[in-house]
Amino acid sequence: MSGLVIVHTGCANISSLKFAVERLGYDVTVSEDIDIIKNADKVFVPGVGAAAAAMAQIADKGLTECLQTLTQPVLGICLGMQLLTKRSEEGNADCLGVIDTQVKRMTSEELRLPHMGWNQISKTKEHPLFDGIENGTYFYFVHGFAVETGDHSLAVCDYTQPFSASICNSNYMGVQFHPERSGSAGSQLLRNFIEKV
Amino acid sequence: MLARRIIPCLDVRDGKVVKGVQFRNHEIIGDIVPLAQRYAEAGADELVFYDITASSDQRVVDKSWVERIAQVIDIPFCVAGGIKTVEDAKIILEMGADKISVNSPALANPELVTQLNERFGQQCVVVGIDSYYDETSKTYQVYQFTGDEKRTQNTGRQTADWVEEVQKRGAGEIVLNCMNQDGVRKGYDIEQLSNIREKCKVPLIASGGAGAMEHFADVFETSDVDGALAASVFHKQIIDIQELKSYLRTKNIEMRP
Repeated sequence: MSGLVIVHTGCANISSLKFAVERLGYDVTVSEDIDIIKNADKVFVPGVGAAAAAMAQIADKGLTECLQTLTQPVLGICLGMQLLTKRSEEGNADCLGVIDTQVKRMTSEELRLPHMGWNQISKTKEHPLFDGIENGTYFYFVHGFAVETGDHSLAVCDYTQPFSASICNSNYMGVQFHPERSGSAGSQLLRNFIEKV
Repeated sequence: MLARRIIPCLDVRDGKVVKGVQFRNHEIIGDIVPLAQRYAEAGADELVFYDITASSDQRVVDKSWVERIAQVIDIPFCVAGGIKTVEDAKIILEMGADKISVNSPALANPELVTQLNERFGQQCVVVGIDSYYDETSKTYQVYQFTGDEKRTQNTGRQTADWVEEVQKRGAGEIVLNCMNQDGVRKGYDIEQLSNIREKCKVPLIASGGAGAMEHFADVFETSDVDGALAASVFHKQIIDIQELKSYLRTKNIEMRP
């Protein structure tokens, strides 16, 4: 096994995620090598930017099937979470399709977009990923597209409309917010993923 | 509820945090990394690092400190100063910055805002605007190269027009620095910020003039800004961030603990 692996999606927030995991006292490898990813204990899929561009990068690196067939716990973060769904309205991108939901553009007449800043989550299911994290805890969000709420939701947030703050389907999990930039609550969530999931 | 943000700004020159009055006579405040860490621990919601010399000296921000900050802090931060190309921005973002802010280079080449949006997404792209109230024409005008007194110049653009243009080009956030107020601690420019708010559909951050806790309450309540940026009141420990947040909560302004 090769421990904790961050998939090198070619997106920009890889360093901040790596540093956040290292602050918890763990080593983590950033890789785009199929064998290393397949043999990891846990896999992070980070991402910022646009869905279509990110899916194209994943395809270019030959990682699409690898990411669709992982059996260990996988945590998608922000765009990385959105890529776990079937489809995104952002660039009409077909995504990895490992969680049965889709990504839609947030719209509002009154509220500012993108949704940027600290907002509160409510848990909709008990899940070890959110152990020790209370309803009403603030996390840092930056996004203009969102996953609708449903059976796949682990936690929800409300901005313009309720949306999924976190989603899950068996070993695949995702968070819309940035745990690596969410202070002590974010550290708790990353620690839960590493130690409890 | 989405919380309003309190954003300490650290003006950086040669690896040190500095603060001037109305953009001039900079004094050294301290080293970047310990100050950043102190603010993150004190409850700041976000940090902005602004290399005030970069645009004027035609230098790119020194890269190493961005990574050193990313290693230690667990809140979002934005880097501004001298980012002239998509490649400059890529380096800063890869080192762990969450956003990049462009000011003078966007005025010289507005297409830069469009390119940054296309490459990194709207959420990364902040446009900083230095706005000065001109008594003669009774208008707010955009200035550039404000890091260097000798090169500071009026661009001839009206602030409201530039706010509209950068939004069309894909800015994800606007920081409006009201130069008349900067560093004098007499309050934010409520009138200007309220006017710009009406034209600004992306998050708007107030900058320039914070001197007392009431100023933060005023700018959130009256100008409806998403965040308030300040430097000297935090560096000089005139305002404690936790006390400020408690005070704003008593005014029913949403604050993260």
